[in-house]
Amino acid sequence: MSELVAGPHTRAPVSLPALMRQVLLAAVPATAFGVWLYGWPALYLLVITLASALAGEAVSLRAAGRPVRSGLGDGSALVAGWILAMSLPPWAPWWIGAIGGLLATVLGKGVFGGTGQNPFNPAMAARVALLVAFPAAMTRWVAPAPLGTEQAPGLLASLRITFLGGADWDAVTSATTLDATRTAITQGQSIQAALPEAYDPALAVLGYAAGSLAEGSALLLAAGGVYLIHRRVIPWETPLVLLATLAVLATGFHALDPQRYHDAGVHLLAGSTVLAAFFIATDPTTSPATAAGRAVFAAGCAATIWIVRTYGGYPEATAFAVLLMNACTPLIDRWIRPRVYGRTRRGTPLPTGEENP
Amino acid sequence: MAETDAGPVPAAAPPAAGGESRWRRIAREGLWDNNVVFTQMLALCPLLAVTSTATNGLGLGLATLFVMVASAAVISALRGLITDPVRIPVLILLIATLVTLVDMFMEAYLNRLYQALGLFIPLIVTNCAILGRAEVFASRHPPAEATFDGLMMGLGFTGALVVLGGIRELLGSGTLFEQAGLMLGDTFAFLEVTVIPDYSGFLLTILPPGGFIALGGLMAGKRLLDRRREARQA
Repeated sequence: MSELVAGPHTRAPVSLPALMRQVLLAAVPATAFGVWLYGWPALYLLVITLASALAGEAVSLRAAGRPVRSGLGDGSALVAGWILAMSLPPWAPWWIGAIGGLLATVLGKGVFGGTGQNPFNPAMAARVALLVAFPAAMTRWVAPAPLGTEQAPGLLASLRITFLGGADWDAVTSATTLDATRTAITQGQSIQAALPEAYDPALAVLGYAAGSLAEGSALLLAAGGVYLIHRRVIPWETPLVLLATLAVLATGFHALDPQRYHDAGVHLLAGSTVLAAFFIATDPTTSPATAAGRAVFAAGCAATIWIVRTYGGYPEATAFAVLLMNACTPLIDRWIRPRVYGRTRRGTPLPTGEENP
Repeated sequence: MAETDAGPVPAAAPPAAGGESRWRRIAREGLWDNNVVFTQMLALCPLLAVTSTATNGLGLGLATLFVMVASAAVISALRGLITDPVRIPVLILLIATLVTLVDMFMEAYLNRLYQALGLFIPLIVTNCAILGRAEVFASRHPPAEATFDGLMMGLGFTGALVVLGGIRELLGSGTLFEQAGLMLGDTFAFLEVTVIPDYSGFLLTILPPGGFIALGGLMAGKRLLDRRREARQA
């Protein structure tokens, strides 16, 4: 004799805080590499951004009349702040991190109703707002100055850089690969002329180049991403389709005219493609609900990235691409719907196998 | 007909106003309770487009204010002659005439401001707040009340423009009423203030998205104040 038990019959022992902890864990190696590569200012910026994101989330929760402690405890504000910090210029002044954290949690999430209600990825919304508002500070990159080498600023000198803007910019700035080739194109030169100086495939895999705090290390980011896929925190379709679409587009056009179009290696390794593929485009709140929908979403991201990098005014485009596709997410979800349990995709009941059910 | 009360948003005019005079109620409606921008949410296009500085906001606000007052007076005076089927074309014609006057006057005497505001001066014709007030108030009330209503609605609109422009200019470039002397004439030069010297500027607030964000913040703030006031009265 069997006993009647109400569903759900199988429960996965996961919760929002546990998921967010996994994401943070996966982001740690790439972030640690970024801190090592760009020195203490990067660590200060990370801490400021996280503190500001938590403060902004606390204010939003309070204004919405929700419990502050459990709202902060779910870790979503921490993840938003962390990913924002990963995408900032490592030696950015403290107010970039402070304003960015507030923008991400208050403007990116709080005004829409908090965790799970935001139409746009909070970290990318904040990054784009910062880029538009402070173009100079948001596009000043430093050459790698690993901790322990002579170029690396000490703890106190780093404080001066982050809080007083005391960096000797003329000595330390360096163009990113995408910046250098964008400049070459606007000056009428070919990409090949600027590329050898600005891009070394072996170093790019490791992430040893100028760029955002933790966007560089393709290897460590991909390792974190694969870990997240293995733990089923993120779906596999989004990163795979995004990277594959971008690679196909880049390879095709590169074959047509290598002087004008980057090859797939540059598109995947330079800039923040890998970070976006594994950590940003996979945000469950702002990406479609079905696997097919997520594939469309990721392909759209990749196409936008390629188009803006090739023809647009900005050298890098992952943040814009993700925001644009976030805006399309409701449309995609309307177009590709999940199958209702017990029914076909068209909505008719599945045959039960019995004559008279 | 003259004594009927025709507010477009009945909820905003509590009937329990008691001894409150007609004039007081018109003033309260126009300036706060039924504010063109914050409650009726009309005329948002010129509002968002020109409020990158407080001076521009004040300039467009004053131009619109004049059209609102004059159109209310004229339309109210002619309300017995305008029949229902032709009222919309006639109202538009009257408003367009007044706007053309303002347009020519500003081109002649306030040329800098005229150039800064550009298309938005002729576009006052299509400002739905003006036609809206003409339709629901001026064409149903005697001239004195209609003119006063136009004045109060116009002041409410000007206030919203100046506050929004002020916030955006202050955050965006650290000044208030910059170039007021050049744009509005030397008498207004005293308005120019540099609030934050050596300010690098939060560019976002001057750009279009900043207009939407600041307007949303102001609307939320007004609702919060209204809710507090209601809670106190209850």
